[in-house]
Amino acid sequence: MVPLSHYLALSVILFIIGAAGFIFRRNIITVFMCIELMLNAVNLAFMAFSRFLGNLDGQIFVFFVIVVAAAEAAVGLAVIIALHRNRESLNIEDVDSMKM
Amino acid sequence: MRPGGRDVSHDTFMKLEILLLLMVLPPLAGAALNGILGRRFSQATVSLIGCGAAGLSMVFALLSAWVYSQLPGLPEPFFHPYFTWIQAGTLHAEYAFYYDRLTLVMTLTVTVVAFLIHLYSRGYMEHEGGYYRFFTYMNLFLFMMLTLVTAANYPLMFVGWEGVGLCSYLLIGFYFKRKSASDAGKKAFIVTRIGDAGFTVGVALLFWTFHSLDFQTVFDRVAALRQGQFESELMAAGLLLFLGAVGKSAQLPLYVWLPDAMEGPTPVSALIHAATMVTAGVYLVARSSIIYAHAPSALAVVGAVGCLTAFYAATIALTQNDLKRMLAYSTISQLGYMFLGCGAGVFAAGIFHLMTHAFFKSLLFLAAGSVMHAMGGELDMRKMGGLRHKLKITHATFLIATLAISGVPMFSGFFSKDEILAGAYESWVGRPWLYWLGTATAGLTAFYMFRSVCLTFWGKSRVDPGTEHHLHESGSKMTVPLIVLAFFSVVAGYVSWPRAWHGSEAFDRFLEPVFAPATKALLETPYSHPVSLGPGALMGFSILAAAIGIGIALWWYLKSTEIPDQLAERYAEVYTILTHKYYVDEFYNWLIVRPLCIVSEKFLWRVVDVEVIDHIMVDGTGEETARVGDFLRRIQSGNIPSYAAWVLLGGVLWLLYIFTAHA
Repeated sequence: MVPLSHYLALSVILFIIGAAGFIFRRNIITVFMCIELMLNAVNLAFMAFSRFLGNLDGQIFVFFVIVVAAAEAAVGLAVIIALHRNRESLNIEDVDSMKM
Repeated sequence: MRPGGRDVSHDTFMKLEILLLLMVLPPLAGAALNGILGRRFSQATVSLIGCGAAGLSMVFALLSAWVYSQLPGLPEPFFHPYFTWIQAGTLHAEYAFYYDRLTLVMTLTVTVVAFLIHLYSRGYMEHEGGYYRFFTYMNLFLFMMLTLVTAANYPLMFVGWEGVGLCSYLLIGFYFKRKSASDAGKKAFIVTRIGDAGFTVGVALLFWTFHSLDFQTVFDRVAALRQGQFESELMAAGLLLFLGAVGKSAQLPLYVWLPDAMEGPTPVSALIHAATMVTAGVYLVARSSIIYAHAPSALAVVGAVGCLTAFYAATIALTQNDLKRMLAYSTISQLGYMFLGCGAGVFAAGIFHLMTHAFFKSLLFLAAGSVMHAMGGELDMRKMGGLRHKLKITHATFLIATLAISGVPMFSGFFSKDEILAGAYESWVGRPWLYWLGTATAGLTAFYMFRSVCLTFWGKSRVDPGTEHHLHESGSKMTVPLIVLAFFSVVAGYVSWPRAWHGSEAFDRFLEPVFAPATKALLETPYSHPVSLGPGALMGFSILAAAIGIGIALWWYLKSTEIPDQLAERYAEVYTILTHKYYVDEFYNWLIVRPLCIVSEKFLWRVVDVEVIDHIMVDGTGEETARVGDFLRRIQSGNIPSYAAWVLLGGVLWLLYIFTAHA
């Protein structure tokens, strides 16, 4: 049986990849995918703990996260489409109109 | 309900407590009505409301006096609480009236004089503008004055005390477009404030010592003490209360506001600055007589200050050429007499002089107002003379009042002044020097008053030809009050026929119950001097002083009119000091006003206000916020990855904190 630490190590690796991509990539779609990646890294950790501790709390959290992620994907993609229509660009550095 | 009233039928009490309210409240209603709606009313309506309120007050004051005198169980004071006004810890103050024979005398004097002056003002203020404003303030003043004299505890008395001060301020500055008038109002307000500070501290001290501010409770507790117990507390409280009286009644050294107060309309000078408000200090001392009786040193201060003020103000009045200012100094001097009476332990004589003075001094002022009216506002006596031909009634009434104030026998001032002087000489706490200085003052008073009569009404006319031909006697609205006051100025003294003439001094007997505890306590103090002159001799001296004063005045100002100028030349230094009123105003300016202005301008304004408050605090707050904001705004780059990096950094730091904290 695969020990808990392996799952957690995988979860951390996935999260770091997601965070690094979120910070360093410039394409909005990629950034968006990185967010999903981080969420799923957390989901993995939840599931691993849930199995390890033998209760269902973690799995319930995972359902919530999936629901939120779905909603976020719907809203986020809509925002991205709107942005693309307005600016003809998917580069995140073009989205800085809040800057003084 | 106070003892003494217990066995009285409830009906009588009901009557008196309602009558007292009916006496106090009409002026307040009049002030409210005129103050709110007066602008739309005609002059006739305004004066009807104003005079009507004062008249109602007078009627109910008379009725209250009558009902009170019918009460069985006299001379117990009548006490009635209407509602609880302040309840804070052990401090309990009620809206309550305290009516005894002293209150009776005060309310009658105040309402009668006030009513007559209201009547006079109808004519005097006709062409002055601000007609409704004038009557509003006058009514409000009357309400406050009645509150002052009927209050049953120190806090309520203080309400009246401050209320009359406020009205005094408003009325001195009545012609507020004139800078000198508004300055005089401020001066009066600020100078009396110094005294009021003493009043409040004194009242607090009384509360601290006796745990009550109710007149009856405090007086009973003090009266139960042996002579010498609590003496330092009582002395401090007495002196502090007297400081309040000094401010309000314009005694040394706080008298400087009263001469300037003559900037107000003349009826105001007559009512507030001669007859009523300025005597509030005397009332306060007389009301608290038992406190002073247990602190003889404080009482000695009262007498000494009163006597010195009387003499000092009389010397200034000698050289004044402005009719109203001369009368103002005369008022200060006469108030000094009242304090001299109280300080000598003959409180009843002080109150007696308060009453007679209210009549003849308000008459003098009103007559001066009538002169002013005829002369088109001129007050300089050097530009008058010979007015008796044109202003017959004014002249006659002014002369009667002058005879009264000069202490000519058979006029009211003679009786009251004589009682004070006799008391100063022979009473238990009297001192001969008080008597001699007081008698000298009587001579000076007779001199300067007759000087003013000679300059104003007698002799040759020095009036401008332009003014001369429109000289006219005032209308009946003004002359009728003059005549009534002249009547009182003569007869008010007969209520107390002197002992020297085998009289009973009935007025003193009447007030005896009020001052009996104080008189009894004073008898326990050590007696200081032997009496060698009888009452007849004392009276002889004061008549002599008056006669000399009058004689010299007539000689110098009617017969040989060159003498005063020669004297002024020969003793130029003394004369200059007197005409400049001993340079006291200049001295106060130098000592207090100038430094205050300099500190205010150079430090409080330029440093504290401009630098500290404006620059550092107000502008500084804004500038500092902008600077911090300018720095923080750099975080808001608009670059989403940098936001994410900040979030990540925060998360990492937070985790580190958690791990280190739990490790």
